Order: sequence, then structure tokens, then C-alpha cells
Amino acid sequence: MAELERHDVDVLIIGAGGSGLRAAIEASATGARTAVVCKSLLGKAHTVMAEGGVAAALGNVWSEDNWKVHFRDTMRGGKLLNNWRMAQLHAQEAPDRVLELEEWGALFDRTPDGLILQRDFGGHRYARLAHVGDRTGLELLRTVQQRSVSLGVEVFMECKIVRLLHGPSGEVNGAVGLWRESGRFVVFSAKAVVLASGGVGKTWKFTSNSWESTGDGHALALWAGADLIDMEFVQFHPTGMVWPPSARGILVTEGVRGDGGVLRNSEGRRFMFDYIPDFYAKETADSEAEADQWYENKRDFRRPPELLPRDEVARSINSEVKAGRGSPHGGVFLDIASRRSAEDIKRRLPSMYHQFKELADVDITAEPMEVGPTCHYIMGGVRVDGDTAASTVAGLYACGEVAGGMHGANRLGGNSLSDLLVFGRRAGRYAAEHALGITGATVVDEAQVDAVCNEALGYFDGSGENPYAVHQDLQETMQALVGIIRTESELVEAKERLGDFSERAGTVSVEGHRQFNPGWHLALDLQSMLAVANCTTRSAIERKESRGGHTRDDYRESDPDHFGKINMVSRLRDGVVEVSESPLPTMPAELQALFEEGH
Amino acid sequence: MASTTEQAASTTRPAAPSSTARRAVTLRLWRGDADGGRFVDYEVPALEGEVVLDVVHRIQATSAPDLAVRWNCKAGKCGSCSAEINGKPRLMCMTRMSTLPQDEPITVSPMRTFPVIRDLVTDVSYNFTVAAAIPAFSPGPREADGTYRMAQVDVDRSQEFRKCIECFLCQNVCHVIRDHEDNKAHYAGPRFLIRLAELEMHPLDNLDRRRYISEQMGVGLCNITKCCTEVCPEGIHITDNGIIPLKERVVDARYDPVAWLGRKLLGRKAPQSAAEVAAVAPLWRNGAAKHGSAASKDA
Amino acid sequence: MTVVQETPGAPNPNGGIAPIPVRIGGVRGGPPLRKILRRDTWWLQPALTALGLLGFIAYSIWAALRNGDFYAGAYGRDYLSPLYSPCLTHSCTTAGYVWGGWSWWRISPAWLILAFPGAFRTTCYYYRKAYYRSFWLSPPACAVPDAGSTAEGQGLRKRYSGETRFPLILQNIHRYTWYFAVIFAGILTWDAIAAFRFANGIGLGVGTIILVINAVFIWAYTLGCHACRHLCGGGLKHFSKHKGRYWLWKNVLTHLNEHHQLFAWCSLFSIIVSDLYIYLVASGTITDPRIF
Ligand SMILES: Cc1cc2nc3c(=O)[nH]c(=O)nc-3n(C[C@H](O)[C@H](O)[C@H](O)COP(=O)(O)OP(=O)(O)OC[C@H]3O[C@@H](n4cnc5c(N)ncnc54)[C@H](O)[C@@H]3O)c2cc1C
Ligand code: SF4
Ligand code: SF4
Ligand code: FES
Ligand code: FES
Repeated sequence: MAELERHDVDVLIIGAGGSGLRAAIEASATGARTAVVCKSLLGKAHTVMAEGGVAAALGNVWSEDNWKVHFRDTMRGGKLLNNWRMAQLHAQEAPDRVLELEEWGALFDRTPDGLILQRDFGGHRYARLAHVGDRTGLELLRTVQQRSVSLGVEVFMECKIVRLLHGPSGEVNGAVGLWRESGRFVVFSAKAVVLASGGVGKTWKFTSNSWESTGDGHALALWAGADLIDMEFVQFHPTGMVWPPSARGILVTEGVRGDGGVLRNSEGRRFMFDYIPDFYAKETADSEAEADQWYENKRDFRRPPELLPRDEVARSINSEVKAGRGSPHGGVFLDIASRRSAEDIKRRLPSMYHQFKELADVDITAEPMEVGPTCHYIMGGVRVDGDTAASTVAGLYACGEVAGGMHGANRLGGNSLSDLLVFGRRAGRYAAEHALGITGATVVDEAQVDAVCNEALGYFDGSGENPYAVHQDLQETMQALVGIIRTESELVEAKERLGDFSERAGTVSVEGHRQFNPGWHLALDLQSMLAVANCTTRSAIERKESRGGHTRDDYRESDPDHFGKINMVSRLRDGVVEVSESPLPTMPAELQALFEEGH
Repeated sequence: MASTTEQAASTTRPAAPSSTARRAVTLRLWRGDADGGRFVDYEVPALEGEVVLDVVHRIQATSAPDLAVRWNCKAGKCGSCSAEINGKPRLMCMTRMSTLPQDEPITVSPMRTFPVIRDLVTDVSYNFTVAAAIPAFSPGPREADGTYRMAQVDVDRSQEFRKCIECFLCQNVCHVIRDHEDNKAHYAGPRFLIRLAELEMHPLDNLDRRRYISEQMGVGLCNITKCCTEVCPEGIHITDNGIIPLKERVVDARYDPVAWLGRKLLGRKAPQSAAEVAAVAPLWRNGAAKHGSAASKDA
Repeated sequence: MTVVQETPGAPNPNGGIAPIPVRIGGVRGGPPLRKILRRDTWWLQPALTALGLLGFIAYSIWAALRNGDFYAGAYGRDYLSPLYSPCLTHSCTTAGYVWGGWSWWRISPAWLILAFPGAFRTTCYYYRKAYYRSFWLSPPACAVPDAGSTAEGQGLRKRYSGETRFPLILQNIHRYTWYFAVIFAGILTWDAIAAFRFANGIGLGVGTIILVINAVFIWAYTLGCHACRHLCGGGLKHFSKHKGRYWLWKNVLTHLNEHHQLFAWCSLFSIIVSDLYIYLVASGTITDPRIF
């Protein structure tokens, strides 16, 4: 295929979300020839949907806050399964990364003395989330987008990377992409590749994620021989819309609860008081009276249980619905109307107001919302080195949601946006350093290129089902069998069904021609989703305990002695996903001490 | 206003055989590419609470798997799903079916200001090129403690413009380029005029873009007929809070003799020239080839 | 697919450094341009606007040509029509208006008065929108082709240059017309106050109320002006350093500005109503009821 379009770069960044663009800014600043590839138009990546805020211990609202508290909150939220080094760097560097955004034009909401205003979020001890109303992700993405444009970073839009290419010793040295618009292939040769491809939500039925979140980066890494870790940890956000059916899954920001919203069941009870786990009992209010005072006086009162970490709240909602105390459409009620004035709600949560008004015809300043858990985020991902974001394969880096380890078993709200900035920068820097250290031209293996192109074109000759039907079935299977609450028998059933799915997905038939053909793109994305589904299901079977985003009905307790000390690693060996245990890196004593002091 | 001529050319295909079918709705979708196209009618059962994008997806999943449409968030946050629904520029994901008359076909056609790629997908590269022609944000130094201080009242105005989701509906509806394409070469369009307004009103920015806005970005071409404001899904007051204030600032810099005299007498700096400011715009600084999605695709 | 033109034709007509290197050409999606897909009554608004504006113009021409019955002094009321205020010419003297003056000016004083507020309203951002839409059809309504559309090579006008050339570039003097408008608003305020002056002391008639309402609308319109909003505070970069101007900008001018269109029409009607009422009183057709 000599006539293929080709580009040679130093650093190829896959993904134009917050992490990808932050990496691009850093890489291009080192002088490396940098290119960014993304499946949508520039500025549409999933990051744009983030609402609540970016967590950084700036200490603008609470001077008591500092990186150590943030670090501790993050580790506790992650049920101590986090890569401690990542959590530490994250907590230490997030404030600088946020201030840097201001230097590039971001406009966060302000405190009375002109600093960045911070808001409360679940699991964060202090009001810590820098935000702009409820459109923080938009602000963050626009800022790095505009910065990248001003630096002249080259962006290849609406181009899907189908496969990574590797050199003789297994190192990653390029990628094959597909222009969505023309349906033609493009080959990138690169000295380093950064994966910044976001999440996997589209593998589940009810999700807050966009169509792009098909786990491409996870799959690309897996296929390239890299390790993935913690793939069983999938975060179900407690509050997604449940009605109307077509809006099911769309996120209702945690900001609603941070700003005073409470959860009630069909009996009108604030049921979260019934579900406070011992682990958080010390810092959680046990009466409505105390909880309500906290909004005004955070120093002397404990926080309301609605602001427990997401896994706790999602499980509690699940239990209420199962017990028959749900709302008419199978969720629970999230009520802010009775607690804040209409003006307040419109000012602080404008896009939520808009979203419910437009999509559900519900006025949130007058009636409660109906909400239920929705697949939101994957904690697991590519195993990386904490400092350099390097994967276990030479030349391959990962940052953002596609990287694993930072959030352990459960991510705190707001910690993702800061993660994107901190590790996006690190990935960009170290990938560029790696690339600039390699002399000589990058030569890609043409046989690999041909194989990838032929495989992708094969779908036009498929004789099987419509890819949409296969996708729908896969989503239903994952939702039903590998959802919030899991058991051995269901997981095993899922594992078996996934075997059939790979056959079905391999033979789907695609109608029409190559130009902007969404059916074809879905057929390709299905392969990634299947890879993710496999890793998640297999790891979930192996982790025989409940922890964070992984709840087993047959192993309800967490097991600190064994599973609390290991990561589940998924890797591809001879075309099969293998899952194995690997010991957690040990935290140095001085960080360990932060947990013993107690708060 | 529904046409009959096009209808004659269109075919009706039933989609989604549904057992729960109560009422049916007909979506009349534009199918085609640069070689031409036509409306095709698809009849689907009406489901409760759906938005236009849901119906388009249902058609895609059942009877037209190769139907090209852009979307991402399905919640009015990303600005991908812009189209013209019954002739009005709107987001498909934020247009509830129940708000449209259901007794006649609902037409959905691609944005007409940009060249069509396929079906509902258009080539919006114009916007990315213009984005690169915006002189970059140019802040002053930080405070001694490493922060920037900005009062909320000073950021309010620019924050309104930063709500923009870049759906380009305003660019699409603006007759300056919709009806007079040659103007694309010297007109930023409402989206980028508010981006310029945002920078002009940004409390930290130190550049004076007024002459550039007038001479290079063509603010004078806007005749403030407010269609951009009418279609903006974010409800940004594009004309009243963005473009008109820019026009007034341009008057200060270029047309007001008293302001000119005042500057002379008080020894104030003259407005920065367009060329001086262009040096900070990535497009002119890095060379045009680097910018705009389409540019790289042709490389 | 699309035609690429690196630098399309002519140099930048606005005087900028160079044209933006965008693609011109390419096939547009959707039906032919002139086929309007909008299903609503998009033509109603421009049609009503046109009717309203033409109606006002017709009325004011009639009122100006009348050159009489604009002052109700003969009936013991100090009511002066806003279309004739300030009354400076010969006919003012003959009408018995105390300020009557310039005996060399024999034609209707209304022409003088119409010229200034006329220029103010003609260059007003709202009225510009209104007449560009309803008279210029540029565009008549959103997503409806501009009468001058060249998109499919069939436009009435060859080029569209917006407000960048003579004569429309003169719209930029709007703020100067505003300075005069403030003076006029002051005069009309004086007239409204004078309307409380009855032949035998202070009083209140229906005409007084009409003139007061008129003055209020005129002020609401004049202060809601975009040029005024800009001069007061809009042009500032740091509101926090100009507390007073910010307060006025935010709490008064911006609110008025949001309803500028409304006040533009209200003040137009109140001018007509005032003039008509005073004409009816001054011509003896009706008597002005006195409230106290
Ligand atoms: C509704 C919602 C609200 C959220 N709110 C918050 C919040 O308040 N605070 C917080 O911290 N986090 C929040 N999150 C989480 C956070 O937004 C995401 O985790 C984060 O944005 C992920 O960023 P990213 O840079 O890793 O990837 P993304 O932003 O997902 O971008 C992925 C990029 O990779 C590209 N890509 C993917 N696959 C390929 C491929 N094969 N080839 C080429 N390109 C590819 C995509 O096109 C895209 O550009 C929220 C998430 C959602 C869904
Ligand atoms: S107001 Fe100006 S920018 Fe907006 S649509 Fe009209 S002409 Fe275009
Ligand atoms: S200003 Fe409004 S209409 Fe224009 S691109 Fe932004 S969000 Fe869309
Ligand atoms: S899909 Fe994001 S705005 Fe419609
Ligand atoms: S009077 Fe209307 S804008 Fe000035």
C-alpha cells in the first residue's frame, strides 16, 4: 500500500481531551515535532462534559488545605489501592497546573479577594474544586485547546487510530489511523506515542460517556503488549438521569449535592443516613440537623452523608431501589428545589437547570429530579510509571482516564480533571524526552500496516449482523452481568458470552461505502469494547472481595490482607487475555504516617 | 412551507418494526454528499421523551447504518450535533420531538453555510482556521504570591462568552457568510467575534485588538440583525453583549474624533495596529498550513 | 471535494493585513437556497416591523406638514407636541408658544426636530436591525436567504459590505446622535413638567399624564442605548476599579438595554399619541379632562 498518506513525528498523541492536549502543549514546548489525533472535532472530547470542578489543594477557601490532606483523601477514596506515587504527585502538582490554566486564559469563579473559588465535593475534606459554574470541563478543554492552537500544535481531527505499530524489539514506533471523513488510512511513524484516549463507558448500557469512550486506548495498549491494571474498577456515578428513556444515564453533577441537594426515597426519607459505613463514620453527620448546618459552618459540623464517596452513594441508591423504595422510573429523588432558592439554583447550576428543562421537561427549581447510577469512569487502565507515565512497553506512554493506578479502587470527583493536567504534562514531557533521545529515522513495518488495513476493510465483506445490534447486546450483557453488584455465576456467564461476542463482532457486515460511515466505525470500536469487557470481566472474577468500584455480592467484605495488597494485571499473551496478581507498590513510611495520625 | 417537489424524489422506508408502535413520525433527512443529495423520508414509531437525535440514531441503528451524523454528549454540552431542523438551526440533541409539529414530516438538513461532507456532516474547517487567526491571550505577570487576582465582577462578562460550546450554529446562520461566501476570507463570524470580545474584556489581557477586529476580523460586516443570538443554544447575548460592545470599542479606536483628540492631548497610546497584533495570531505567526483541520488532511 | 483557494481574489477590503486563507466553494447540503424550510410564520415579524415603521414615518410627515395645532395654550394647557419641541420658529410665535423665536423660519419646526431624533433612531442599533431585516431583507429572518444572497449566484446585490462602506459606515457616529438625544430628552422632560402648569396654577390633565409617560419612555429608550452603555461602563476593562460607573452600568443601563427594543417602540407610540392628543385638544376637537 505504497500510496498511503504518511506522517513522521517525534511524539504522537492519541486523544485531544484535557490530558492529550496538555501533553501536546508540553511536548511541543520541548521542540519535539508533536501531532495530536482525535476521533471527533477538536474541542468536542469528553472532557468538555465534566461539570463539577478540578480538585487542587490551593487553599483559597480553606487555608488548612494542603497537598497532604488531598493525598490522604485521594488514597482513602481509592480504598488505598492507588499507586501512591501518582497520588502524591497529583496532590502536589495540581495547584500549579490549575494556576497555569489561568495564565492561558481560563476564568474560574472567584473568591471575594479575587482568588479561585473552590467548592465541596464528595470525599474531599475541604472545599477544593476550582470550578466555573457547572461547566468546568468546557473551561479546561477550551483553555488547553486555545493554548495548543496558539503554539501551532498539529491536530488530526476525526481520525481514529486503529492499531499501534511496533519495531523489532517490541517498542511502539507508530500507528495506523483511519480518516473518518474519507475512509482512507493514514500511517504515522513516531518515536513515542502517548495514549490519552479517555474512557470505556460505551461498553455499558447506561452511561454518562459519549460515543468516543469505547476503550480504544486500553485496547491499543493491550494489543501492543502493555499491561493494564485494575480493570475491574468501574465507577458508577450515583446520579445519572433515569427519565426520559433516551436521556437515561446522562450525568447530574455531584455539584447538586455539594450545593445542598439531598437524596430521598419514595417515602421522603433521606436514606443516606442509613448507609454510613464505619470507615467514614467519624467524619459524617448522623442527623439531618447536623448535616444541614454543615453547609454554613464546615468547621464545627460533619458533612452530610450525601457527600460520601461515589461508590458508597451508588450502592445505597441501588439498595433503596431494590427494596422497592425507588422513584416511579426506577431511581431515587434528588431534591434541591425545596432547599435552595430558584435564583440560587439557576446561578450555581445553570446547565443542570437547562438540561432537565430541555430533556425531561422538569424544572429543578420546583420539583425533585429522578436519578440513579450510571457508568461513568474507569479507574483501571494502562499500567504506568508514576513519574514518567511510561507504560510497560518502550515508547508507549499513557495519561488521563486511560492510565490506571492513580485512583485506586474509586475516584473522587474532581480528581480526574487534575489528573489530566498533572499526568498529561508528565506524559508529554517524558515522551518528548524519550523521542528526542532516539536518533535516526523511524521505519515502520509495512507488513503490519497492510495487515491492519486489510483487517479493517474486511468488515465490508462481512456476512453477519448489523454492528449496532451487536453493540446493543454487548451493552445489555455488561450492564446486567458486570454492573454495580457482581457475583461469580453472573461474571462467569458474562465471560462465556463474551466468547460468542468476539465471533459476532468479527463477522459484522457493514453497509455503504468508506466515506464517513458510522456503521463501519462502530464495527472497529466494537473490537476495543470487547477487549475492555474481557479484561474487566476476567479481573472481576479474580478479585474475590468488595472494594470501591467493585462490589461482589458473594464477597461483601474487603480483604485487606490479600486483595488489598495487589493489583489485577491484564495482559495479552498469544491472543488471549491473561489476568494475574501483582503486588501493590509500598508506600514510604512518611506518607504512611499521614494515615496513622488520623483526622 | 413544506415542499412537494422534493417529496416526489424521496423514498419512504419504514424503520424499526416495532410492536409497541403507537404513533408514527416521519423524519425527512438529507442524504447525500458533494455530488448532490436529496431528502429521504423515514417513518419511525414515536417514543416518549425523545429528542431529534434519538430518532436519528434509531434510524441509523435499524434502516440506515451508514447515515452520517456528528454527536458526542447528547446533553447540549459539546456542540457536535448542529443541523437545521424544519429549517431552523438547532442542536439535534436538545430539540424534543414533542415540540415539533408531528403531523407532517420533520426535515433535518445539514448546516448550509459549510460544504457538505456526507448527509448531516459538514466541513467546518473554516471555523478552525479563523480560530487560529485570533491573536492569542496575552496576560501580564503574576502577583508576588504566584497567583492572579481577578474580581468576579471583572470576569463576569468574559465568562458569558466562554460558555460557548462551539456548535457553530451562529456561524451557520450569519447571513454575512451564509449568503455571501466570499466574505469568509475577511470575517470572523459571531463565534469568533465573541471570542475576541472575551479577550478584550479579560481583566488580565494586555493586547489592544480593536483595529485588528475592525480591519482583519471584519466586525463592520455584521449588521446586528441578531440571528446569531436567536440560535445560540447557550443563550449567549452574542450581539448585545459581544458584537455591539466591540463595535463601540472600534468607534473609540477608529471613528470618534473626540476620542482621537483626547488621546493626542493627554498623550495616550494610539490603538495598536492590525499588523502589530497579527504577529500574536498563530495563523499569521506559524503559517496558515499548520491550522485548520482540513489543511492537514490534504497534506 | 471542496475547492481550495489559497488567497481568494481581492485584497482584504477592510484594510487588514491579508485575507484569511479559508476554503471558498464546495457544495452545500440541503435543498436549493430559495426553498425555505422554516415552517413558522417567519415573515410576520419583519412585515409588522415594516408596517410599524412606515406608519410612524407617514404619521410624522403628516404631523410635520400640519404646521399648526401643536400647542394647546389657547385652551389653557401648556402642552407642546414632542414633534414640535423645542419650538423655535415663526409658527411657534403665532401659536402663542412663549418661546417662539426665529421669525425667518417659516416652514414647520417639526422638520428641525425630526432631524435630530431621526438621526438618533436611524443609527440606533435596534432600529438598524429592524430596517435591515424588514426593508433591506438582509436577511428578512434567520436562515431565510438574504435578498442579496450570492450563494447561488442569483442575488440582487453583488457584494455585501455590511457597515464597512459609505454610507452605512456612518452608523458609527451613533454616539454623537446620542449626545443630542440627551438634550432632547431633557427638553421633553421640561415639557412634561410644564404640562402641570395650568392657566390658573398647578393642575393635572390627561395630557399631562401622556406627556409624563412620553418623557419616561424617551428616557428609558435613550438611556438604554448601546452607545450610552459603552460610554458609562461598557468600555472599561476593570469594573472593580470604577465602582460607581459599574453600579450604574449593571443596575440601570444594562436592564434598560435589555428592553431597548420594547422602549424603542413604546417611545415611538408615545410620541404619536402625545402629538395626536395635543392636536385634538389644540384644534378644539376634544377638551382635555382635568383630573385636579
Ligand atoms: C458527564 C461527566 C462529568 C464529569 N465531571 C467531572 C468533574 O466534574 N471533575 C472531574 O475531575 N472529572 C469529571 N469527569 C471525568 C472526566 O471528565 C474524564 O475522566 C476526563 O475528561 C477524561 O479525559 P481524557 O483526556 O482522559 O480523555 P477524553 O476527554 O475522554 O478524550 C479522549 C480523546 O481521545 C480520542 N480518542 C479516543 N480513541 C481514539 C482513537 N482510537 N484514535 C484517536 N483518538 C481517539 C477522543 O477522540 C478524544 O479526543 C466527568 C465525566 C463525565 C462523563
Ligand atoms: S448579528 Fe451580526 S454576527 Fe450575528 S448573525 Fe447577524 S450579521 Fe451575523
Ligand atoms: S456562540 Fe452560541 S451559537 Fe455560536 S458557537 Fe458558541 S454556543 Fe454555538
Ligand atoms: S451531542 Fe453534544 S451538543 Fe448535541
Ligand atoms: S439608541 Fe438604540 S442603540 Fe443607541
